[in-house]
Amino acid sequence: MKQKKQLIKGNHAIGKAAIEAGCNFYAGYPITPQNELTEYMAKHMRLNKRPFVQAESEVSAINMVFGAGAGDARAMTSSSSPGVSLKQEGISYIAGAELPCVIVNMVRGGPGLGNIAGAQSDYFQSTRGGGHGDYRLIVFGPNSVQELYDFTMKAFDYADKYRMPVMILGDGYLGQMMESYIPHKYEPIKNLPKKKWALTGCKGRKKNIVKTLYLTPENALEEHNLKLNEKYKKIQKEIQMYEKANADDGEIIVVSYGTASRVVKNVIEFFNKNSKKKIGMFRPISLWPFPATALRNLKCKKFLVVEMSMGQMIEDVKLALFGKKDVTVNLIKRPGGMIPTEDEIKDKIEKMIG
Amino acid sequence: MQGYLSLLKIKRLPTTWCPGCGNGLVIKALIQVMESNNLNKKNTVIVSGIGCVGRTTGYLKLDSIHTLHGRAIPVAEGIKTANPKLNVFVVSGDGDLLAIGGNHLLHASRRKTNIKVICVNNRIYGMTGGQASPATPKKTVTTTTPKGNEFEEINTQAIVTSNKNFFARSTVFHLDHLKKMIKKSLENKDFSFIEVISNCYPGYGKKLGFTSNYEMLMDFKKKFENQKNKSILKKNELGFLK
Repeated sequence: MKQKKQLIKGNHAIGKAAIEAGCNFYAGYPITPQNELTEYMAKHMRLNKRPFVQAESEVSAINMVFGAGAGDARAMTSSSSPGVSLKQEGISYIAGAELPCVIVNMVRGGPGLGNIAGAQSDYFQSTRGGGHGDYRLIVFGPNSVQELYDFTMKAFDYADKYRMPVMILGDGYLGQMMESYIPHKYEPIKNLPKKKWALTGCKGRKKNIVKTLYLTPENALEEHNLKLNEKYKKIQKEIQMYEKANADDGEIIVVSYGTASRVVKNVIEFFNKNSKKKIGMFRPISLWPFPATALRNLKCKKFLVVEMSMGQMIEDVKLALFGKKDVTVNLIKRPGGMIPTEDEIKDKIEKMIG
Repeated sequence: MQGYLSLLKIKRLPTTWCPGCGNGLVIKALIQVMESNNLNKKNTVIVSGIGCVGRTTGYLKLDSIHTLHGRAIPVAEGIKTANPKLNVFVVSGDGDLLAIGGNHLLHASRRKTNIKVICVNNRIYGMTGGQASPATPKKTVTTTTPKGNEFEEINTQAIVTSNKNFFARSTVFHLDHLKKMIKKSLENKDFSFIEVISNCYPGYGKKLGFTSNYEMLMDFKKKFENQKNKSILKKNELGFLK
């Protein structure tokens, strides 16, 4: 039966998807603008007879997720920027120990306490690892409530498949907005490996050890890092998600993700209707791995990056285009919880057309 | 009655707090004590954490610092230790000081750093919309405990007094008593902790069946009584231990 459209709040959509995808451990802590998710989980995990913990801090929550993930749980935690900063040490350990978990970051303006409006200023933190050590997270940057729902389900699968933390990088606006979405049945990706490494009691088998300390021999940690790197390379081949429009023959390509890309979409439609010039867009959905090859393969010479930060994704765009001749990359930046307006993007594009 | 305008940033009024919030009463009591005890712009610094109460620093004409969530106490310890001449106050809430800041409370009280911590305890996370805090009583329905809180509330008094520090309890209804307790804490040269029971009608009282902040204050009047024995401070008693 085809499901009908429903209206739901972004934060609730994540909670609903998590529960449908079999999330059986959630730990959270209050922070605006993601409280509705914690509250949703408080109610619905209980209704589904699954554990919900309101931890005493974000640090505690991520370490509970560390523990639950080391067992065989599908564990999730959520927070917003300052809280996710607190989680970073735990995330580094989880990545180092190769455990699965899902982390939701409903980004708000920073640095410090900042404000409670949505922003995209945690792009570096999320896509570069965030904590100490050489590691990566799989990071998704959805731009609608539907995608929050879809990618939360996918996140649990990817976490289990690759044994690593997966982050949903939303923002305050996506978390707070109500929008229509179409619910669907959760279908796991095929051939998910069994969790033979999990701490479930070792009677009848060799004991499992979860650790991130590698002291001996001298090159043990190097070997571990190289092994992790092999995994990351494999993921870079397997996950390359993006959306594009008019991108193959556009005179200017606007690159943006998340909330900013919703504004860009309207601008592209405006130019489609009202201008002879063809303006295209490119929207990375997997922020790590960044869909660099797809971006590099575009013929266009003029790029405009639109971000709700001082310009962070622009570095990945420049890396993707590195060495290409006569390519220019411009930037529209609105930090501190501000959203770029359609008019300012239009003006910039018109200037670039010349 | 003493004035309390000298240290209040009148231009910043009205506050961002809900009408009837107890936080304003705590500011009033604090300023009045500061005025009568010669605590002023020269010698006093105020520190706050995150949450509704954390906004207090913004309304006082004192050097102030708005710190990280839960970390007001270590920041205050830094200020006091580096500059012992200063009088350092921490004003923050139960969620900030007792949950995420619980570990710091434990160790500041062990170190006996001479700071005055005023914990405005409204028993809830007010700013984020009414989630259970460590001070939320058992069985209370909140947005994160839809079937009632299953845990006992934290025993702050035991934590603070286990290191023979000053611990006092007052409420925002008993303003004169509150002022007395803050004054008492100034006589103490160790770590001092003053728990001020406060009201949060939108986040907490509403769910308990109260119809206004006023009713909550009247409830404090009814529920709390003066300490009977100097060496014992019961949960429903107002007084101090040293």
